[in-house]
Amino acid sequence: MADPNIFPFPNQTTAHIEKPIEAQNIAVVRQGKRLLDGATLSIQSNGVTAIMGQNGAGKSLLLRVLAGILPADEGIIRGIPTNLGAVGFVFQHPVLLRRTVNGNLRHALSLTNLTRSERAQRLTDLLIQARLTDLANSPARRLSGGEQQRLAIARALAFAPKLLFLDEPTAHLDPYATAMIEEQIVELVANGTKVILATHDAAQAKRLANDVVFVHQGKVVETGDVNVFFDRAQSHAAQAYLAGTLFLDPK
Amino acid sequence: MYLFALVCALTCHEATAKDFIVLQSTTSTKNSGLYDHLIPLAEATLDVEIRVVAVGTGQALRNAQNCDADVLIVHAKQAEEAFVAAGFGIKRHDLMYNDFVLIGPNGDPASVMETQNLSAAFGSIAKKSAKFASRGDDSGTHKKERALWAASVHDPLPESGTWYLETGSGMGATLNIAVELGAYTLSDRATWLTFQNKRNHRIVYQNDPLLFNQYGVIAVSPDHCPKTKTKAADRFITWLLGSDGQSAIAAHTLDGQALFTPNAQP
Amino acid sequence: MNFSDAFSVAFSLVWSLDSDLVEIVSLSMWITFCAVSIAALIGIPAGAALAVFKFPGRGLCIVIINAFMGLPPVVVGLTLYILFSSAGSLGVLNLLYTPKAMIIAQCLLVTPILIALTRDAIAGLLGEFSESLQALHASRLAIIATLLWEGRFALVMAMMVGLGRALAEVGAVMIVGGNINHVTRVMTTAIALETSRGALELALGLGFVLVSLTLVINGLVYLLGHPNHRHNHG
Repeated sequence: MADPNIFPFPNQTTAHIEKPIEAQNIAVVRQGKRLLDGATLSIQSNGVTAIMGQNGAGKSLLLRVLAGILPADEGIIRGIPTNLGAVGFVFQHPVLLRRTVNGNLRHALSLTNLTRSERAQRLTDLLIQARLTDLANSPARRLSGGEQQRLAIARALAFAPKLLFLDEPTAHLDPYATAMIEEQIVELVANGTKVILATHDAAQAKRLANDVVFVHQGKVVETGDVNVFFDRAQSHAAQAYLAGTLFLDPK
Repeated sequence: MYLFALVCALTCHEATAKDFIVLQSTTSTKNSGLYDHLIPLAEATLDVEIRVVAVGTGQALRNAQNCDADVLIVHAKQAEEAFVAAGFGIKRHDLMYNDFVLIGPNGDPASVMETQNLSAAFGSIAKKSAKFASRGDDSGTHKKERALWAASVHDPLPESGTWYLETGSGMGATLNIAVELGAYTLSDRATWLTFQNKRNHRIVYQNDPLLFNQYGVIAVSPDHCPKTKTKAADRFITWLLGSDGQSAIAAHTLDGQALFTPNAQP
Repeated sequence: MNFSDAFSVAFSLVWSLDSDLVEIVSLSMWITFCAVSIAALIGIPAGAALAVFKFPGRGLCIVIINAFMGLPPVVVGLTLYILFSSAGSLGVLNLLYTPKAMIIAQCLLVTPILIALTRDAIAGLLGEFSESLQALHASRLAIIATLLWEGRFALVMAMMVGLGRALAEVGAVMIVGGNINHVTRVMTTAIALETSRGALELALGLGFVLVSLTLVINGLVYLLGHPNHRHNHG
């Protein structure tokens, strides 16, 4: 289905990010409540890392802090590339401009430093990568949920980011749409983008991820290789989660 | 508490409301301050409230025709006579007269002060294309101005917008424009005397019989306007034409100058 | 006096393309068009900036701009008169009683409207788009440009509001323009003049022409925007 060799993005010489991402004691405090507390983790520099946990555990928050969208109140993060466009973020619900698919992609490309011809070339590549070439002139807001999300991901790829964050991209999509997006993710990882994916879908994590960060009640409870996590989860919370018996303690 | 005050205000108003009549007159008359002086005297003697509405001459006539008036005082004799002839008013009486003055800028570019008569004055303005600000609104002042142009055998209308400027505004606004743009203009004496933005403009021609401005007073006809307060209107007009009213008019002065000369027929 | 007389006066003036009417309508349109254009050039970027940039005193700015939407035209006229009069500080510009002064007056009245309505539209769009635009590394200027285009329908509506206010305005243009025939006489001052002359049918007839004009302009704008309008709400 997918041929990674079709889309070498011209400016992408080195694959992935340079070094692992290290976060120490990240905390986010709002009105006295520690929504993220003492989060410490290490994320390898290639492949897909899944941030897992229940709804409300703090996955989105952790994702945003790592991506630099939300400043942490405490703690240090290392390893996030800083040059313009090196980091991309895709939100759970795509917010697209009231334009065509092409219009949205052109808009994203206009924010980059590419030349005109480079942009034109990349536009074609992005459309192909997102399987949206036939819908190029359709109004973006008329697309189905899955198509809109594929467009949102393609848009984030306009900058050819080395590190892409995705916040539960398929949470609200049907299995077919989910499969198409997972395919899109696999391709862009094969092309050298590091992906950090928040998901509450354990099966998705198993399909896509190399390593896992498990978040529970604002804390990073367990990290490690994906297979290790699924076969031999160490913590109570992780075990209960995988067994489907994890409920939030009333506090 | 507030309800009580509101009710009291409404009923108190009812209790002290007395009969009132509406007098339609012109802005230039009102601006001269005549009514500020005259109306309180009339109201005290007649025990009637007199409400003055001051608008353009044409509008005053129109309002009276529409029965929005009981008494009409304007200075446009032909229009007044037509008003009575059409049955809108009972009778027209001469009330008083004032005069117009020709105002000009410092330096008198058209050398009006050296002319011997009005015709020559206006002719000179036209020949030199000196700026002239006209009321342009069919008011009594405007009608007089048009008559003076006609007598000077120059028609300035084709040049409207160049040196001849029709302001379509009241006397005060027209004077402002004349002063601002260095133009000549025709004004009633009272408005000019009370005008506070004279700067370097002055009277360049005056006291010509052609510049006299006759005021007439008319009671609105009850045949045309059944709701008109004929009795009260009649009492007011009788007062105006009698010695009380006439002497009150003569007593209205500004800087020691009488602005109007009463000339009601005995 | 009745409305049908006024209506037939209006109709015959328009039908015969009465030259005075044409002159007055043209001047009204020209002055208002210039005023709204300049107001848009100033007001739309200002409103967008006010929505996007945070700075101390921003709240106060918003309150003042909103209040200025209701600036009494006659006060604006008077202030400009004092400035432009030959005895005033800007008297050397010789602007008084010219169409330029009228354009400035209307511009001052319309600009707060455009700033306030633009700010409102952009602030709303910002709530929707700011996160995703920031994730795309858009600079604040790029965000402003994107949202201005995104909200263009609302901005055009704002300009129509401004246009309506300018066309309907009489107090300011009367004072700074002087209602001089063939020079600074526009529809509203002509109506005031005819009213003061007692020519009420003519005045009302001119009023009908003015209202019809505004209706036609708004209709045209709606039609032009309608095809896009459907995309937006698809």
